[in-house]
Amino acid sequence: MFVKEGIIASPGIVIAKALVYEKILVEVNKHKIEDTEAEMVKFQNAIQKSHEQLEAIRIKAINELGEEEGAIFEAHAMVLDDPEFVEGVEAEINNNHLSADYAVKNVTDRFYEIFDQMDDPYFSARAADIKDVGTRVLQNILGIVQADLSKLDEDVIIIADDLTPSDTAQMDKKRVMGFATNIGSRTSHTAIMARSLEIPAVLGLGDITGTVKTGDLMVVDGLTGKVCVNPTNEQLESYQNEKMKYQNYLKELEALKDLDAVTLDGRKVELVGNIGEPNDVAGVLKNGGVGVGLYRTEFLYMNSDVMPSEEKQFAAYRSVLEAFPNGPVIIRTLDIGGDKKLPYLPMDDEQNPFLGLRAIRLCFKEIGLFKIQLRAILRASVYGHAHIMFPMISSITEVRQAKAILLDCMKELDQEQRPYDKAVKVGVMIEIPSAAIAADIISKEVDFFSIGTNDLCQYTLAVDRMNQEVSYLYDPFNPAILRLIKQVTATSEKKDNFFTGMCGEMAGDPLAAVLLLGLGLYEFSMSALSIPQIKKIIRSVRYEDAKNIADAALNMDSGEEIMDFVQESMKKLNLNI
Amino acid sequence: MVKKEVTVLNATGLHARPASMFVQTAGKFKSKIFVIKEGNSINAKSIMGIMAGGISQGTTIEVQAEGDDEAEAVDALVQLINDKFGE
Repeated sequence: MFVKEGIIASPGIVIAKALVYEKILVEVNKHKIEDTEAEMVKFQNAIQKSHEQLEAIRIKAINELGEEEGAIFEAHAMVLDDPEFVEGVEAEINNNHLSADYAVKNVTDRFYEIFDQMDDPYFSARAADIKDVGTRVLQNILGIVQADLSKLDEDVIIIADDLTPSDTAQMDKKRVMGFATNIGSRTSHTAIMARSLEIPAVLGLGDITGTVKTGDLMVVDGLTGKVCVNPTNEQLESYQNEKMKYQNYLKELEALKDLDAVTLDGRKVELVGNIGEPNDVAGVLKNGGVGVGLYRTEFLYMNSDVMPSEEKQFAAYRSVLEAFPNGPVIIRTLDIGGDKKLPYLPMDDEQNPFLGLRAIRLCFKEIGLFKIQLRAILRASVYGHAHIMFPMISSITEVRQAKAILLDCMKELDQEQRPYDKAVKVGVMIEIPSAAIAADIISKEVDFFSIGTNDLCQYTLAVDRMNQEVSYLYDPFNPAILRLIKQVTATSEKKDNFFTGMCGEMAGDPLAAVLLLGLGLYEFSMSALSIPQIKKIIRSVRYEDAKNIADAALNMDSGEEIMDFVQESMKKLNLNI
Repeated sequence: MVKKEVTVLNATGLHARPASMFVQTAGKFKSKIFVIKEGNSINAKSIMGIMAGGISQGTTIEVQAEGDDEAEAVDALVQLINDKFGE
């Protein structure tokens, strides 16, 4: 028996037999050949065979994992056809009289190194593709048949150095119960694949392939990041218990998916997701989010080499809106500047970027850019319940200025006879203390507020939370922050057809849920994975109790005292986090 | 053979999207097409070659083509670069 600790890549607990999947990597030695023609035939046959294999894998991947996964193998096939690759190998064979296997290894390594050294995740991914393809061609030249994972007789945990898209695509998904690997991180292919297959994975274990044998009984605990090989009976029993508990917990959360977020005494709130791109919608839907409380549009701009066109933005907004026929989608206009820059928009370095030209302020300076986005949102607004949200608002003057530009865009669209939702909702982020204090004034011009706690905390407490010397001061439970939140919700409660939400990290914090509910928050927007847990808490509490807890907290001395009090109160109400 | 010098103007150079646009355009012509950067010759129809070439903003390259449609090929590729890939 032994236990090893690695990186948690995908949650859950699995108990099954190990299958050590070792790549057969033969030593390829340099040797000169005379019969270049024979080597060329070997190479061409291997390319042909690799094409056939990739096509089969591509079809399997599309059927089992979707188009996106299938596209990886299209990219692999492109490497097989690439003139620099093919001609590079041919030159090594014909001119340097190298054997086909050594020539392929040489050329693959050369490209791998170039791409791997580039300081850019896009190119690192290409490096992995090239290595994967090179290995395939090499194995085909040498007639090596890789262990077949496509037909397994029993449930197994795959033990490997690392897994490539070629490995995972051909796997018998019904039998593969977990992964444990020597290397890898939360963002490596193995991790992404484990999460999409919803199986536990612990990576970065060092030498797990050398210490586990095929057939060993083992546990992969993706909750604590441990693997236990050949567990004792007691350990086995304890893991079985933990596994059961986790499954029950998941079932409980799953059962809540289609239920309303409503308290025991009938106060209904809205749980929605924060997203960065249209792909994130799937996670929100899966976790029972009824809409989007924060669509961070800056990713559209940051993931592009050029300014995204109106058409491109329109298509992205439309696809998100169409995913929620009944729920709100709050689209935040470009929040760039400060620490976030765009390659195609030159910006001067600033003394105080967080107090400088960012978000709405930058949009006022770059009105052309701002109008493209507003036009795209307006045009998409007919496909759902679009809400436009302006970031970094400090006073009503800025709201009026932004709305005037929005009105210009509406007039343009009228002239062009393009449809848009004339009653589109307009709101602002409350993240600057002045906006929270003057919420009643600002509310005259808008339909909703969304409190951005991350920045509100930084600005109110004058603390940079990335600065380790002072980050201890960053505390969303600080009474000053809670009082500001209360001031904002109190304003919105007095108005009809008006709501206040929150899209900062605090909204997804289980410890803050009761407090925020009691402070009168209506909409909670968070990362999709947090939604089920927050819903469980909301459905287990009475609004009256939450209000009492919040009222008491507002009169306490410190964030620490408030946090202790909330924890204590939740325990009394039998609310387990 | 036709050849022309051109300086890459777009912000990201021949990065992911511009590189694939460049290679796709080159692929439409029958001629053999090469990009010469600092004396190194890169096959313009190879996405791996072009991306690995590290052609960034401000780099001056020479586009060479040889074949039936050599003039059109060089013109099309140079224009693509001068248009900053439609940015």
